[in-house]
Amino acid sequence: MKSRYIPSILILIFLITFVIFFKGLKNSNIYTPDTNLKKEVPSFELKSFENDSIVISEKIFQDNDYYFMNIWASWCIPCKEEHEFLMELKKNDKIQLVGFNYKDNFTNASSFLKDLGNPYDIILSDKDGTASIEWGAYGVPESFLVYQNKIIKRFIGPINNDDLLEIQKIIR
Amino acid sequence: MASLIGSYSLSFGLLFSVFIIFFSVRNLRDNEILDKKIISFTIIQFFFVVISFFGLIISFINSDFSNETVFNHSHTTKPLFYKISGTWGNHEGSLLLWLLVLTLFISIFLLKSNQQPKRYRVFTLLFQQVIIIGFFIFLIKTSSPFNYIFPKPNEGLGLNPILQDPALAIHPPILYLGYVGSSIIFSSALAAMVTSYVSKEWAKHIKKWVLASWVFLTLGILLGSIWAYYELGWGGFWFWDPVENVSLMPWFALTTLLHCILVLEKKKILTSWAMILSIATFALSMSGTFLVRSGILNSVHTFANDPERGLFILIFLFTLIFLSIFIFIFFHSEKEKLENNFFWLSKETSILVNNWFMMYFLSVVLIGTIYPIFLEVITANKISVGPPFYNKLILPFLIPFLIAMAIGPNLNWVKSDFKDKFYMTIFLVISFLLSALIIKQFDINFLINTILVTSAFFLFFSTSREFFVKRFRNLSQNIAHFGFSLLILSILFNNIFSNEVITNLKIGETFKTEKLTINFENIEQEDEKNFKAIIGKFNVQNLDGSSDILNPELRIYNQPNIITSEADIKTNLLTDKFMTMNYVQNQEYFNIRYQVKPFMIWIWISVILISLGGFLSFFKKKYEI
Amino acid sequence: MKFINIFLIVAIILNFNFLKADEIKTENKIAKNLRCLICQGQSVHDSDSEFAISLKIVIKNKIQEGLSEEQIYNFLKMKYGEWILYDPVFNRNTYFLWLLPILIFLAGGAIIIKRFYYKK
Repeated sequence: MKSRYIPSILILIFLITFVIFFKGLKNSNIYTPDTNLKKEVPSFELKSFENDSIVISEKIFQDNDYYFMNIWASWCIPCKEEHEFLMELKKNDKIQLVGFNYKDNFTNASSFLKDLGNPYDIILSDKDGTASIEWGAYGVPESFLVYQNKIIKRFIGPINNDDLLEIQKIIR
Repeated sequence: MASLIGSYSLSFGLLFSVFIIFFSVRNLRDNEILDKKIISFTIIQFFFVVISFFGLIISFINSDFSNETVFNHSHTTKPLFYKISGTWGNHEGSLLLWLLVLTLFISIFLLKSNQQPKRYRVFTLLFQQVIIIGFFIFLIKTSSPFNYIFPKPNEGLGLNPILQDPALAIHPPILYLGYVGSSIIFSSALAAMVTSYVSKEWAKHIKKWVLASWVFLTLGILLGSIWAYYELGWGGFWFWDPVENVSLMPWFALTTLLHCILVLEKKKILTSWAMILSIATFALSMSGTFLVRSGILNSVHTFANDPERGLFILIFLFTLIFLSIFIFIFFHSEKEKLENNFFWLSKETSILVNNWFMMYFLSVVLIGTIYPIFLEVITANKISVGPPFYNKLILPFLIPFLIAMAIGPNLNWVKSDFKDKFYMTIFLVISFLLSALIIKQFDINFLINTILVTSAFFLFFSTSREFFVKRFRNLSQNIAHFGFSLLILSILFNNIFSNEVITNLKIGETFKTEKLTINFENIEQEDEKNFKAIIGKFNVQNLDGSSDILNPELRIYNQPNIITSEADIKTNLLTDKFMTMNYVQNQEYFNIRYQVKPFMIWIWISVILISLGGFLSFFKKKYEI
Repeated sequence: MKFINIFLIVAIILNFNFLKADEIKTENKIAKNLRCLICQGQSVHDSDSEFAISLKIVIKNKIQEGLSEEQIYNFLKMKYGEWILYDPVFNRNTYFLWLLPILIFLAGGAIIIKRFYYKK
């Protein structure tokens, strides 16, 4: 009785382990937070990029408009990649672009915008990166689509053409 | 050219496996004594792998970038020493090293086991060949180190600078000697079951292999730890990272086996347990390889991940596990004589208690490491299991474990009495007073820390006393246990007394706490051969008026283009002072990390003592008394 | 209770440095318990990535705002998911994680005791 039970349980355990490992192989081992959360827009106070006036979040995000909040920096290489799509998005007047200039300095950032164009309606500077954390961001570039004071979609890494189409579909 | 020879000799090596198996099976059927041809073939196979390995080393030395492995991991400006160590610093090369050690060990096994029964030797060889063939196929099919690139690139991609470190250069070979040593234990345990040779003689024979693998594994883990401390710049030596856990699990299993073998060597009990441990040790080493190489786990170790490789090791691993379960069920019969009863207070019991706790620690580490994989597959939830989990589950259990370890070695076999009650009580009282006095000085949880330190001191005193009482009769065990008590004490003190500050400082600024003042004086720039160095000058003033100058560095390497930060560490017998400096994007300040880590050097010394104990035991003729 | 409160306030005023050391300690403790999302094998405390450096500033600010350790964990859990915590919470998902080792320990003890029980 004992000699039959234990081996079969043992074999069963190892079979299950095998199946789990087998399935686990297909999962990515890099963690990315959920991108479809309906979270409130965090409130913050930041200095404006152009002048040092303080801007508070409630002033920026009005109720019935779409906003595209984009975290960028002149030192970030993927930001250059996504820039053309931001310029494309700017053409759509149903959406406003809010730029978070992440740990950057004014000279580099301005020449970045001069060279590639300025897609943003308003730019705030996140000097020490703490405001981005309030948004739940952890790298550059990262973007959030905001509607009615809620984050409805989140983009980790540079946006591409598909993302652009998706955004345009949502705001239409 | 060298790559070509290497590649061919690998295939020849695999061919010899076929010959070995053929002649072994024939030898089993026809002959009473071992066919000399089998031994020769095994050695020839080993030489083919050696040639292949040297082929790869020569490709690395010559910077032959038509070889894909060399191209990916080397560079012409790299120092010769790191060109050579680069051979096994990557997935393909390290597997070739595995294979090298596998074939080396089985050759040594065959040469050194003349006195053992023929059938046992041949079966061990056969099981070992199963593993060897698996690795040959794995290497040739999925991760050949000799892939050819055309056209030949002019320059290689270079080796990650943080891997260019002497400790890390010798860490993989030493660790693999430990891992692969356990393959011999595995094969020999299977062979012993098939040929019904599980006995005192077997225990005596395999004990050397257990000791050797254990010593190498211990040193391998130590080297990895030393590298992490000096090179990674976090100021810690153990992070409970999956890669570390994976080396710790076979270590627990081997340590358990080492103690279990002591009993088996003395009398034929606990045979099933010894078999399970022998199998588990190697299975854990292999699962470690699987977990690290397949990329199923998220860790600091970055091998190029390839799902195909993961799948191969997974299937191979479970084939071996099912093969051993099968053999265990059908061939192993537990015939233990009744006369081997032992009293509850005896050395046997204390070894059982050791096994019990070791298995518990092993299960904590195992479950902590693989649980996230299970949870994600079953519920799609991702969680992290980190240091707090291990601390909570391991630390409280360390207390009875340490106390049992202090008492156990003083007991007699079969039936014993508490000896030296007087000394033991005195030690316990002294330990407690001492710990309470020390812990009281610090603003930390008094109860748990005092009890922990008390038990560590208790073990420390009782093992120290044994040096005088037993003289040199049991030196190896005594040194190892003493080393262990020292290790636990150093780790505890290191945790309790360590003091750290992380802050952002501009040049010229001063940071003050009530214990110290850090003054960031200036920075200098220096150009080295393959990197630019930014060296900070810091003046740290301590409470007692003494001051230290620390010069942490930032290194900007050109090939590959990576910024690393070099810690400046001031070591003395009591404390290490550790400082790193990091660049922060577009800020005038640098991120400064300053740590005072007491007894750091004693952690390394005590692990060396532990392995020294194992090493001495290797030369001992008689079993433990 | 009131007495203790007053005592604490006095202690805080008189001993500002002491509190500061305490804050650093909590700060380090929290950072050590968080997993960095950039270099995913490291804790935020150990990591020197931009994210980790900023997060350390956030933790410091939150402590100064008077948030408790628990509140800071909850805040970050909400932002980044449970994954960021190195110390897994005891809930439905982790019953086995916490209890299985203990069960194994008890089972091991039972096996050893059974050995002696049989002999008698």
